Amino acid sequence: MSTMAYALTDSATMLRRNLRRMIRYPSMTVLLVGMPVVLLLLFVYVFGGALGAGIGGPAGGRAEYVNYVTPAIILMTITSVIQGTSISVTMDMTEGIIDRFRTMAIARVSVLTGHVLGSLLQAMLAIAAVLGFAVLIGFRPTAGPGDWLALTGVLAMMSFAFVWLAVALGLASKTVESSSNVGMPLMLLPFVGSGFVPTDSMPTALRWFAEYQPFTPLIETIRGLLLGTPIGASGWLAVGWCAVITLGGYLWSRRLFNRESTR
Amino acid sequence: MSTPSEPAITATGLRRSFGDQLVLDGIDLDVPRGTVFSLLGANGAGKTTTVKILSTLIAADGGSARVAGHDVAAEPDAVRAAIGVTGQFSAVDNLLTGRENLTLMADLHHLGRAAGRRRVADLLDRFDLADAAGKPVAAYSGGMRRRLDLAMTLVGTPQVIFLDEPTTGLDPRSRRGMWQIVRDLVADGVTIFLTTQYLEEADELADRIAVLHRGTIVAEGTADELKRRIPGGHVLLRFAGPSELESAARLMGGAAPDGDALALRVPHDGSVRELKALLDRLDAGAVDVDSMSLHTPDLDDVFLALTGGPAHETGDEKVATR
Repeated sequence: MSTMAYALTDSATMLRRNLRRMIRYPSMTVLLVGMPVVLLLLFVYVFGGALGAGIGGPAGGRAEYVNYVTPAIILMTITSVIQGTSISVTMDMTEGIIDRFRTMAIARVSVLTGHVLGSLLQAMLAIAAVLGFAVLIGFRPTAGPGDWLALTGVLAMMSFAFVWLAVALGLASKTVESSSNVGMPLMLLPFVGSGFVPTDSMPTALRWFAEYQPFTPLIETIRGLLLGTPIGASGWLAVGWCAVITLGGYLWSRRLFNRESTR
Repeated sequence: MSTPSEPAITATGLRRSFGDQLVLDGIDLDVPRGTVFSLLGANGAGKTTTVKILSTLIAADGGSARVAGHDVAAEPDAVRAAIGVTGQFSAVDNLLTGRENLTLMADLHHLGRAAGRRRVADLLDRFDLADAAGKPVAAYSGGMRRRLDLAMTLVGTPQVIFLDEPTTGLDPRSRRGMWQIVRDLVADGVTIFLTTQYLEEADELADRIAVLHRGTIVAEGTADELKRRIPGGHVLLRFAGPSELESAARLMGGAAPDGDALALRVPHDGSVRELKALLDRLDAGAVDVDSMSLHTPDLDDVFLALTGGPAHETGDEKVATR
């Protein structure tokens, strides 16, 4: 077999390993998927009435706000799942088994791609679950079949990008404790964007940041595909940001992984 | 290229420091195929660093090494394909079962489904893990975990196996079990590079022993050669009364009589021939000996003489830094 074929079979082997670990240790998955669900409930039922009135729209109120906030919650599902990625990468790196992998004639990258593919799958399933839950509490998307297809692609692209970033963060963390915190900023960034309130309601300096930070075009793209709001330049900006984050995360991961193991 | 006659491991002038701490200061090694080579040293002597360099985990700052016919720096993948490593800290996946751990290794060695399954079943049997195969490794005892660890190393049928302190922390029974496993492996023609801080272990298993102290090899040879290098072997003769002691001392000349203990200490190299000569002389002189004991230096004496310190230093730095 060629090197490339080995890289693929080894990645598939590592993927199986990671899926098995996720099933063996389900509390983490439950926690990671539970987080966006709790946020959704909080924002719809606690803040939803007031915030919904603020954004106006034909119906206004809580029903309107479910539609507004769900795209942000979907993005936060990704940022929540990838915290699990960082943690399991750090767990691997701090346990003896990584040295075993490093002394075997395997495609080295498969140790990481196993995590990436596993988390990607986990993220997509989590998004489906959260989306289903949102529909249960009143989310009414207007997307057609083409939009759903595009949405699946866009969400996979975003998950892929953030998973690579999470792998790098996991490799950079020295302990499992620190790696469980390192993804926190990613959970908070959607708040300082167009996820929960329109950016034009913010003070100037904050608005400037909110409009130019990567999460805003990502949220606008998801929102546009689900609800038919105008996407405009956000689509290309989202693709661009994802490409940058993926490449950055991958290169950083590769560099961190290939440095000597000193622990 | 690899040739059958080439040694399993060679190293010349291996050096390595971490920060400004020099850990290895020019190590030379030569391990013939099919033998057990033991690197003996206290904690912090540089044993694990040596294993890490030879198993391609870290690079040497200077010097070169070849394992199974390949240069560790230039052809790490060829080296990796020929070796198996069981490190000091267990390299198993705690969330998976024993069988799943072994199957993972079989898949990564591309053994194929049927062959992989056979290999896994063989190893589970051989390492007495068949009953626990379906249990998660987190529930295994220390000895079982170590056996699984070694079994995982063997899935790819390596030619050269590195065992870094394989019995540290095991109870005496598990330790003997591990020794038997090592002997069986050697019988199959595998080369074993073993590090240990137990002199007894090196004595039991190794064909050749190198004593590593502060990053340099201070002595190398078979266990017997090392023991012969240091003085201390003697025959202790005890007598019923002072008159016997006196006549024996006259007979032996040069030996130091101990009047209080009624004992005579005669320097001796441990060989049977010299022992017989000694007994013949006592016999010819018609000296009545009450009891006799033979003292050969053990590796502990060797270690003390070579390193000027006890074999077991207190404190375990490695655990602390992890």
